Amino acid sequence: MTPAKLLIVDDEAAIRRLLRGTLVRAGYGVVEADSARAALSALAIDKPDLVLLDLGLPDRDGLELIPLFKGHAAVIVVSARDQTGEKVTALDLGADDFVTKPFDTDELLARIRTTLRHRLASEAETALVQLGPITLDLTMRRVTRDDTEIRLTPKEYAFLAELAKHPGRVLTHHQLLRAIWGPAHLDDVEYLRVVVRSLRQKLAPDGLAIIRNEVGIGYRLVRPG
Amino acid sequence: MNTRDPDRPEPEAFLRAAAQESRGRLKVFLGAAPGVGKTYEMLTDAAARQRDGCDVVIGVVETHGRTETEALTRPFEIIARRHVEGAVRAHDEMDLDAILARHPRLVLVDELAHSNAPGSRHPKRYQDVDELLAAGIDVFSTINVQHIESLNDIVASFTRVRVRETVPDRMLDDADLEVVDIPPDELIDRLKAGKVYVPDEAARALGHFFSKTNLQALRELALRRAAQAVDAELLGDLRARALAGTFAAGERVLVAVDAAPTAAELVRAAKRLADALRAPWTALHVKTERSRRLGADAQAQLAKTLALVVQLGGATATIPAPTVVAGLCDFAAEARITQIVVGKSLRSWWFERRHGSVVDALVRGIDGVAVHVLPTGKPNASTDGTLRPARAPLRPLDYALTLGMVAAVTGIAEITTGPKTVNSVDMMYLVPVLAAATLFGLRAGLFAGVVSALAYNFFFLPPLYTFTIDDPANIVTVLVLLTVAVIVSQLAARTRVQADLAAGSARANAALAGFSRQLTGVATTTALAQSICAEVARLFDVRAVLLVPQRGDLGMIAAVPPGEPLGSVEMAAAQWVADKGRPAGRGSETLAAADWLFQPLNTARGTLAVLGLAREDGRDPVRPDQIALLTSVLDQSALALDRMQLEAEMAQVSRLKERDRLRATLLASVSHDLRTPLTSIVAAATELRAVAATPTTTPLLDMLDAETQRLRRFVANLLDMARIEAGALNLKVEATDLTDAVASAVHDVRRALDSHSILLDVPPELPLVRVDPQLFHHCLINLLDNAGKFALPGTPVTIAATRRHDGIELAVLDEGPGLPPGSEARIFETFTRVEGSDRTKDGTGLGLAIVKGFAEAMGLSVAASNRDAPHGARFAIRFPETLLVRG
Repeated sequence: MTPAKLLIVDDEAAIRRLLRGTLVRAGYGVVEADSARAALSALAIDKPDLVLLDLGLPDRDGLELIPLFKGHAAVIVVSARDQTGEKVTALDLGADDFVTKPFDTDELLARIRTTLRHRLASEAETALVQLGPITLDLTMRRVTRDDTEIRLTPKEYAFLAELAKHPGRVLTHHQLLRAIWGPAHLDDVEYLRVVVRSLRQKLAPDGLAIIRNEVGIGYRLVRPG
Repeated sequence: MNTRDPDRPEPEAFLRAAAQESRGRLKVFLGAAPGVGKTYEMLTDAAARQRDGCDVVIGVVETHGRTETEALTRPFEIIARRHVEGAVRAHDEMDLDAILARHPRLVLVDELAHSNAPGSRHPKRYQDVDELLAAGIDVFSTINVQHIESLNDIVASFTRVRVRETVPDRMLDDADLEVVDIPPDELIDRLKAGKVYVPDEAARALGHFFSKTNLQALRELALRRAAQAVDAELLGDLRARALAGTFAAGERVLVAVDAAPTAAELVRAAKRLADALRAPWTALHVKTERSRRLGADAQAQLAKTLALVVQLGGATATIPAPTVVAGLCDFAAEARITQIVVGKSLRSWWFERRHGSVVDALVRGIDGVAVHVLPTGKPNASTDGTLRPARAPLRPLDYALTLGMVAAVTGIAEITTGPKTVNSVDMMYLVPVLAAATLFGLRAGLFAGVVSALAYNFFFLPPLYTFTIDDPANIVTVLVLLTVAVIVSQLAARTRVQADLAAGSARANAALAGFSRQLTGVATTTALAQSICAEVARLFDVRAVLLVPQRGDLGMIAAVPPGEPLGSVEMAAAQWVADKGRPAGRGSETLAAADWLFQPLNTARGTLAVLGLAREDGRDPVRPDQIALLTSVLDQSALALDRMQLEAEMAQVSRLKERDRLRATLLASVSHDLRTPLTSIVAAATELRAVAATPTTTPLLDMLDAETQRLRRFVANLLDMARIEAGALNLKVEATDLTDAVASAVHDVRRALDSHSILLDVPPELPLVRVDPQLFHHCLINLLDNAGKFALPGTPVTIAATRRHDGIELAVLDEGPGLPPGSEARIFETFTRVEGSDRTKDGTGLGLAIVKGFAEAMGLSVAASNRDAPHGARFAIRFPETLLVRG
C-alpha cells in the first residue's frame, strides 16, 4: 500500500519544517503550502489523503477551505486560537478532528492515524467495535460487556452507535443531536448529558472511560487504557 | 404649592415607604398627662423586645427617683449622659454621638419634647431622635399630648397652661403610637399619693391642670390623636397602592396667612382640617401693597409662620396680587382648592367699612369653595404696631416742589386770565394736585390740594385776597380739588406699588436667568463653583463658599471673596449638611450658633456640595423674602454641578473602557503570538528525541518538555485573565453534567498530576448544572493544577461533589501544607501566592484568580479553607439552587 500523502497548510515555515520531519519519519508522504491559494492548487495537483489545516492563513480564513477539501481529503484543523466556537464550526463544516497549538507530536500522530483509518475503512468493516471489555455489534444492535448483554434504551443505543461509526473521532453536539433527535433539537444539550450519564453507569460502573467529553464541543469514543 | 392629582399613584408615598425601609422605626408612648405611666410602659415593652434577642440600650430615661421604674431600667445597658456646663446651671444631656457609635438595634429616649441645653447639636431632643432614626436605629420615646404641636393651642385653651416645648406632628406621623391610658380618677389618686413627679416650681400651675374635667379632655385628645395616626397609616397604604378613589376625593386646603402672630393659630387649624379631610394643604401669603410695607419684625413673624407650616407638613406659597382677595381667588382657582381657612380679625367696624371685609369679598369671589372663617385672638398692642404700614419719611423737597407748582399755576393764572375769570382757573389747579399726588404720594397730593384751594380762594374767589368764600358753589370747587387729590394719589400709589412688585419679580427672574447663563458657560467644576459663589455673593450680598466631598472630607473649591478657611465649628456644620442633606447653621434649626448658613446642593444622586453663606455684619445671611430665590439658586447650582460631574464621570468611564480594551487586545495578541513559537519548540524537542537521543541529551529534553508545558499553561492563563479583566466573557451556558466535566478536566491535567492518584466522589444522581462548560473546565483545571502544585508527592487529590440544602458544592481537596491562616480570602486575588512558595512551586499566581473570575461570571461562588485529618487545603465551588436543572 502506498504511504498516505499529507498536506501541511501553515504560514509558519518553522512549523512546516518540523512537522515535515516528524511526519516523514512516521512514514507519510508530505506536501506543504503556505497560503490558501497554494493549498488549493496542492489539493488539485498532489491529491493528498489528509490536510493539516492552520486556520490563521494570510490570504483567507482557513474555515472557508474546509468545505472545499471535503470529499477529497480528510481534514484535521490546527488552531492557535483557543476558541471552542471556532472548533465546533470547523467540525460542523466537515473537518474530521482538531488539535490546538501548541500540540503534542504523539497526540497529533495518533489523531492522524485514527482519521486515516476511519477514512480508509468502509462502514461494513466497522460493524463490530471493540472497546476494551465492551463490544458493540452494529448489525445485531447489541452491546455486551464481557459477554453479558447490557440493556440500553433506543436513544442510548443510537448515541453509542453514532459515536461507534466514527471511532476516535469527535462528533459535535449538533451532529449528535441532529442524528439522534432530529434537526428540531439542535440546542437540547441536556438530552445528551442525560443519555451519556446513564450510558456511563450502565457500561462502566467502575469508571472505565470510553466516552470522552470534549468540553464545549462534543463527544468521542476512546479505547480504554 | 400642592397641585398633585390625588387620583394618580403618588411617587412620594413610595419614596416615603422606601426611605422608611432603611430608617429606624419610632414608637411613641402617648399619655394624656404626666403620671399615666408612659416610661413604665416603655420599659416593660422594651424588656419584652430584649427577651426576643433585640439589642436594647437606654439613651435617656427619667426615673424621677421612683424605685419601681428604676428597677425596670436594670436589665438594660445605659449610655452615660453627656455633661454640659451651661451658663446658669449644668445639664446632663443624652449623648447622641455615643449612641450613634454604639449603634444598638433599639434605644429608649424618654421625653421626646425635651429641649436640649444650649451648646448641644440640636436645640430639641426630637431632632436627636430624628438623627437616630436616620442612622437606622429604632427608638422608643414618650410624650404628653399637650406637647404635640398641632394640639398645643387646644390644650392651652382649656388648661390655661401653655407649654413651650412642642414636637412637630410629622415626627408622630411616621411613628407607631401607643396610648398609655388610665382613668382620670386613678391619676388624681396617684397624684395625691405623690406618685406623680411634678417639679416644685410648676406644682402650683399644675394644680389647675390636674382637674378632672381637664384630664378627661386631655385623655380624649390623646385617644383621638392615636386614632388619627392609625388613619394616617391606612392612608399611607392606600396612597402607596394608588387606591385613590377610596380617600376623600381631591380635597385641598388653603390657609391665608399674614404677618400677624395670630396666623399660627390659623395654620394649626388648617392642619387639623387637612388631617381630618386627609387632604394636602398649603399656606398662602398674598403680597400686597400693604404687606410690602411691613417692618422687619413683621417680616420675621411671617417667616416664623411659614416655617411652622413647613414643620407641620404643609406647603407654602407667596404670590403678589393687588388685594388679598384677588390673590386668594387666583390661587384657589389655579390650585383647585376646595377649602379655604381665613381669620376674621377683631377689627373695628370703621376699618371694615373702609377696606371691605376680606371674608365677604372672598365668599363672593369664588364658587365651589368652602370658606372657613376663624376668629383669631385679639391682636396685642405691640404686634398691632408692626402691622401698621410703615410711613414713608417726610421729604421736605417734595413739599417745596409742590408749593412751587401751586405758586407757578397761580402766577400763570394771574397773568393770563386776570382776577375776574374764575371758572377756568379751578381747572388749572388740578395740574399741581395731580402732579404732586402721582409723583410724591398721598400726603403731598393732599398738601397740594389744600394749598391750591387756599390759593384759589385767596387770589381768585371774591372777596379777593381774603380766605372768605361768598358763593357756596365755590366751596364745592375747593372740596373737589381735595377729593381729586385723594383719589389720584391712591390710584397712583397703587400703580406704583404693583409696578414695584412686578419689577421685583422681574429682577428676581432676570437674576435667575443670568445665573443659569453664567452656569452653562463654564467648562470645569472649579470654574463652575467659582461662578456659583460669585453669583450667590452678588445676588444676596454675602460671602459665599462652596465645599465638595473629597475623599471622605469636605474641601473648599471656591470662595467669593477669597478669604480665610472656615473654622472647625463651621466645618462641622458643613459636614453635617453634607451627611444629612439638610441645611444647618445660622438661621436654620440645626447648629444655629455658627456664623455661616450652610445649604446642601441636593440631586437625585445625593448631596453633591455644600454652599456656605455669611454676612459681614453678622445678620442672617438670607432674608425671609429671599428664601424662594435661594431655593431656585440652589436647585440651579445642584443641576449644573450634577451635569458637570456626570460629564466628568462619563469621560472617565470611556477612558477606562478604552484602556481596558487596549490591554485586552494586547494580551490576547501576545498570548496568540506566544503559542506559535511554543509549537515549534515542542515539535523540535520531539524531533530531537527521535533522531539524536543520547544519555546526555535525554534529561535535557525532559526539562525542555516540562518547561514548555509550564509556558503553555501560563499563556493559557494570561489569555483567560485578559478576558476576565476586559469583562469580555461571552457566556455560553448549557446544562452540564458534573461527572462529565470532572472527567474531562482530570483527563486534561493527568500529566501535571502524574505523581498523585485522583479520587473521584461525584455522585451520578446529582442534577445537571447550568454553566458555561468551557469556563467551568478552566476553573477545574486550575484548581486541579493548584492541588498538584501543593499536594505532597504520592498523596491523593480528591474531587468531591455534595448536594446541599442550597445547591451543590464541588470541592477539590489536597494533602499538603494547606493555606497560611488568614489568607483564605486573599488567596483568590490576582498574583497572590502562598508565602515562601515562590522558589519551589510554579505558577503565575493567576490560576486561582481565574477560578474566581470565571466562577463569579457564571454566578457561582468560591471558597478556600484548610482541612484537618489529613491536613491540606480545600477549594470549593458552590452552585446555587437557581443554577441546577430540575427534573
